[in-house]
Amino acid sequence: MIVGERKPLEEIKAMVESYKRLLILGCGTCVSVCMAGGEKEVEVLASQLRMLHEKEEKKQEIEEATIQRQCDREYIEPCLEKIHKADAVLSMACGVGVQFVAEVAGENAIVLPALNTEFYGANLGAGIWAERCAGCGRCILHLTGGICPVARCAKRLFNGPCGGSQRGTCEVNPETDCAWQLIYDRLKARGQLEVLEEIIPAKSWKPSLSGGPRKVVREDLLL
Amino acid sequence: MKSGSNLEKILGKGEFAVTGELGPPKGNAAEVIKKKAEHLRGKVDAVNVTDNQTSIVRMSSIATSAILIQMGLEPVMQMVTRDRNRIAIQSDIFGATALGIKNMLCLSGDHQNFGNQKDAANVFDIDSIQLIQCVKTMRDEGTLLGGEEKVEGEIKLFIGAAANPFADPFEFRVVRLAKKARAGVDFIQTQCIYDMDRFKEWMRMVRDRGLHEKVHILAGVTPLKSGGMARYMAKNVAGIIIPDAIIERMVKAKEPAQEGIKICVEQIHQLREIEGVHGIHLMAIEWEEKVREIAEGAGLLPRPKV
Ligand code: SF4
Ligand code: SF4
Repeated sequence: MIVGERKPLEEIKAMVESYKRLLILGCGTCVSVCMAGGEKEVEVLASQLRMLHEKEEKKQEIEEATIQRQCDREYIEPCLEKIHKADAVLSMACGVGVQFVAEVAGENAIVLPALNTEFYGANLGAGIWAERCAGCGRCILHLTGGICPVARCAKRLFNGPCGGSQRGTCEVNPETDCAWQLIYDRLKARGQLEVLEEIIPAKSWKPSLSGGPRKVVREDLLL
Repeated sequence: MKSGSNLEKILGKGEFAVTGELGPPKGNAAEVIKKKAEHLRGKVDAVNVTDNQTSIVRMSSIATSAILIQMGLEPVMQMVTRDRNRIAIQSDIFGATALGIKNMLCLSGDHQNFGNQKDAANVFDIDSIQLIQCVKTMRDEGTLLGGEEKVEGEIKLFIGAAANPFADPFEFRVVRLAKKARAGVDFIQTQCIYDMDRFKEWMRMVRDRGLHEKVHILAGVTPLKSGGMARYMAKNVAGIIIPDAIIERMVKAKEPAQEGIKICVEQIHQLREIEGVHGIHLMAIEWEEKVREIAEGAGLLPRPKV
């Protein structure tokens, strides 16, 4: 899933302060699962803002809504009336949702980000999410024991651990596993260490963000 | 001859090589380089010039290397892939060789998190092994990386890389060396050695694979200045192991600096005995004035003329 984290209240407050009617719009998919921008978080943020206004004797009408996915026209459209009624929409979706709601709602709609979109990751346990993929556009997981050095090695190395890997942790942050230690351990357990003897040549970053914004077009699905 | 460098000639003749190290200034104070370099003149066969080591902004290794050449010293230009993509790397190699640089050390580099520009984006377009491949392609094929494009002129470089027998996973360290050898590296400089047992074990694995006959291995040493430094390095520098016995010797010593030099000289004597070690990489960081004493003590002077 896409993992996001809510911005600090102070930052959000400064962002939305000047708008009379605010719609806080949650998203029911990734950010709901990572408990950053779903229905519950919309409710919490709305009441925090209301309390702040009360304390500072400010007036702002706050509406709340959550749709299934902000990256999907089909779910945004039924909500357009509410969106247009507001002076600004505070989207609690990832950066995709923030942009796409505005795209669908038209240029008059002001849509602001309530989250910092962090990464594509997995839920490791209560309250912990960690990055697993960087969307590089050419997956090499079959060459690295199913562990991604692009997203999980701080230096994006392709040919084994740097000289700073010690006791299984990364030199950059002792709280993080060294991706290459993980790769080594897994291939060893599988009896496939010979995979690591091969040099992985320089990667093409063209299919990654370096090549500019990417687009997938599926001819078979075009109407 | 691949490069015709002094280092290549020394190693080619089977002489025991000595390389030193010089960290460029954190600014354009060229006199700092000159002062440090004078301490190294005649004591080493070539001088490594670090490339923004530990991600602290310093004068570029190319410019510093060029200054050394003007002084009549031979540089080993270090280059990290942290700060340059393959366009800048190859362009810098053109420039460096045009300036007379003949040795190059291919590194991925310390993460920017250790330095003084922590908010920087890192590049890591290619890694150190891919960099070796890149330089070798430019030198031996006369083309750019991954292309038919001909290089105007000739790239003559003696290609080096680092190896760290003290990082983990230990058993993989020799595999990584084998990959560097296959990528086309000519010489290797190791991380500084204090744990002699582990180094010997690594060298045994290197010999088992016959790698000592494919690449020249220069064993890295760094004299310790004080017990505090020994403790600090053991605890805080990733990829370095300092056995307790050495820390204890340093802590108990009446004159720690002298003791550090003594230990270093002892280590060099031991390293010379190991089959497959073709030289020493002496990193007397910010202690260049002691290089003479160490080299002399270890019987490495005068340096052979080749
Ligand atoms: S190799 Fe690329 S696509 Fe595959 S997991 Fe890593 S970043 Fe994602
Ligand atoms: S310690 Fe491991 S994960 Fe960290 S930068 Fe080095 S190889 Fe990558």
